[in-house]
Amino acid sequence: MEWTSYVGPLMQGAWVTVELTVYSTLLGGLFAFLFGIGKLSPNVLIKSVSVAYIEIFRGTSLLVQLFWLYFALPVAGDALGIDLRLAPVTAGVMALALNIGAYGAEVVRGAIQSVPHSQYEAAKALNFTPRQVLWRISLPQAIPEMMPTFGNLAVQNLKDTALVSLISLGDLAFRAEQIRNFTQDSTTVYTLVLLMYFGMALVVTALMKLLERYVGQWRMVRR
Amino acid sequence: MLFGIEWDTSGGWAFAVSILPILLHGLWVTIQATVLGFIIALIFGLVLAALKGAPTRFIAWPAKLVTEFLRDTPLLVQLFFLYYVLPDYGLVFPAFLTGALALGLQYSAYTSEVYRGGLEAVARGQREAARALSLSPTRTFTHIILPQAIPRIVPALGNYLVSIMKDVPVLSVVTVLEMLNVAKIIGDRTFNYLIPLSMVGGLYLIMTLIASYGVRYLDTRLPKHGLPLK
Amino acid sequence: MKDPIIKFDKVTKRFGKVTVLDELDFEVGQGEKVTIIGPSGSGKSTVLRILMTLEKINGGVVYVGGDPLWHERRSGNKLVDAREPHLRRMREQMGMVFQQFNLFPHMSVLRNLTEAPRCVLGLSKQDATARAEELLEMVGLNEHADKFPGQLSGGQQQRVGIARALAMRPKIMLFDEPTSALDPELVGEVLNVIRSIGAKHDLTMLMVTHEMHFARQFSDRVCFFDKGKIKEQGTPEEIFTAPKEERTREFLHAVLNPDE
Repeated sequence: MEWTSYVGPLMQGAWVTVELTVYSTLLGGLFAFLFGIGKLSPNVLIKSVSVAYIEIFRGTSLLVQLFWLYFALPVAGDALGIDLRLAPVTAGVMALALNIGAYGAEVVRGAIQSVPHSQYEAAKALNFTPRQVLWRISLPQAIPEMMPTFGNLAVQNLKDTALVSLISLGDLAFRAEQIRNFTQDSTTVYTLVLLMYFGMALVVTALMKLLERYVGQWRMVRR
Repeated sequence: MLFGIEWDTSGGWAFAVSILPILLHGLWVTIQATVLGFIIALIFGLVLAALKGAPTRFIAWPAKLVTEFLRDTPLLVQLFFLYYVLPDYGLVFPAFLTGALALGLQYSAYTSEVYRGGLEAVARGQREAARALSLSPTRTFTHIILPQAIPRIVPALGNYLVSIMKDVPVLSVVTVLEMLNVAKIIGDRTFNYLIPLSMVGGLYLIMTLIASYGVRYLDTRLPKHGLPLK
Repeated sequence: MKDPIIKFDKVTKRFGKVTVLDELDFEVGQGEKVTIIGPSGSGKSTVLRILMTLEKINGGVVYVGGDPLWHERRSGNKLVDAREPHLRRMREQMGMVFQQFNLFPHMSVLRNLTEAPRCVLGLSKQDATARAEELLEMVGLNEHADKFPGQLSGGQQQRVGIARALAMRPKIMLFDEPTSALDPELVGEVLNVIRSIGAKHDLTMLMVTHEMHFARQFSDRVCFFDKGKIKEQGTPEEIFTAPKEERTREFLHAVLNPDE
């Protein structure tokens, strides 16, 4: 078998990896904002739920989280008499998003807190409501601050998608293992796959750089 | 039965109590893999950092490429690569060693950046001051730069130690009996995944809490006089 | 003096163990231009920050327009701590200009002026823009409407800051050392704007400043603050030509002759 014949199935797997990365990064971004803002909430309940979420998902391993959602959750559902079996793709996207979201939430919190206190005073003097302050004053200034770390997290997430192959999702890592099993041509297969991941990571980095420039336009202007 | 320890499936609590020693066996393997992986990462990282700082581009540039490559590709695939490809070239290691090597390689990309970041932050300015006092380059490095860089470097390395620990479960794919793998096997045999996997989560939380506390403690105990830390 | 629009009744403010305002009694009449001078740490800025509800008080009552600022009246005229809706109503009457300008860096100059009128006062986009353009004209910055604050000089930024506060149509304007962060050659343009607002509008203006020359020309009354109290107050003539208190004399001598 020629190495060129690997390309077809590997591209299929790569596409699954791309989809997993996009969906889980978007969903993870949502969690990051939700719980990052939640951690700063004056409401004790919202605050403690956010802190618990962040601590649990940052304090344990992604693979543990993935296995828990895929293997343990249905057992818990059984005990409660509800069907909590998740499709591999659902479990995969959820685990990735929850994990990256917890790391992102700390980034969101830190960036919001880095907005100078004087901005909040100016906003208060103009009688903005707390919600208006969040949406119109602090978030627009905090988001450019988050972008470099978000870029790293997106690449991290791309790499982490490889783990979902362990619950038999047909992503790039899964296809690689299949082909290796079939051909025993480990060197070629894995070199190819590593290069494909590297290429995708470079694309993700470039895209995040573009996004960073877009949201931070006002910071570029100089007198 | 695993590691010669039987489990008791008569009830939830009894089951949890009976499998705890088995999981702790796995935890011990996790800790060993973490420490070995960390040591490899510290050494490889140092080599990478030195190469990246080489005066000639022909060495520095490939070293940078290797760092990027190690950092931007999944640990799982790197591990498979080592596990299946090395034996083709006559290098046969036990799975545990291959796993630790994969962890060490992946994280050497991160540690090399920590070394460089820490040293460069100090070297700027200080190197010229030392030259003005006509200290030798070696003496400048060992007596001026290194003592100031260490308080910056150590806590960052500590954080990567915690990250390595969280990545050890990946080694389960090459049959290493670390904690998650042990829990998965118990689940496979008893059809009860909930209790062992939840316990692994709990044990991980405890371990990362202890480790983070340790890193913070180190951070406060390291001497920091003589340079402003941000 | 007409009815006071601002009244401090035995107001105490502490930061930890440090007493910044010590049972301060202080009044400002409707339309009056009052300048507060004094050494740093004398509590001058705290007076403005309490009025803008940026600092809470530890004792006493502050009245603005006859209503207690930090308290609400309950049955039997009992005063209880104010809640947010009351504070929002009270804040509407005041505008503040900050030492460090505190413009919103991510918004154009025009949006800095239209944002609050639109989302706080509910003005339409056209009305808010018309109001903003009129104010930019007044502070001489209509050509810079589309720039970001980071593209302007300090003096220009502070003029935007003044226009931004005026866009809310406050009755009282608070100026917290508006020229202290500026390079000396930019101070004049900001003071000129403040002077022209004072001449054109019937605003009550309260300013903390180190610009003694300006304080002398501009104010109806000058208050000298020292150690959390008003040590001496009077017309600019009284304070600057014939201060009664030794402490006032020392302070004025030090600031007016910095080289000695």
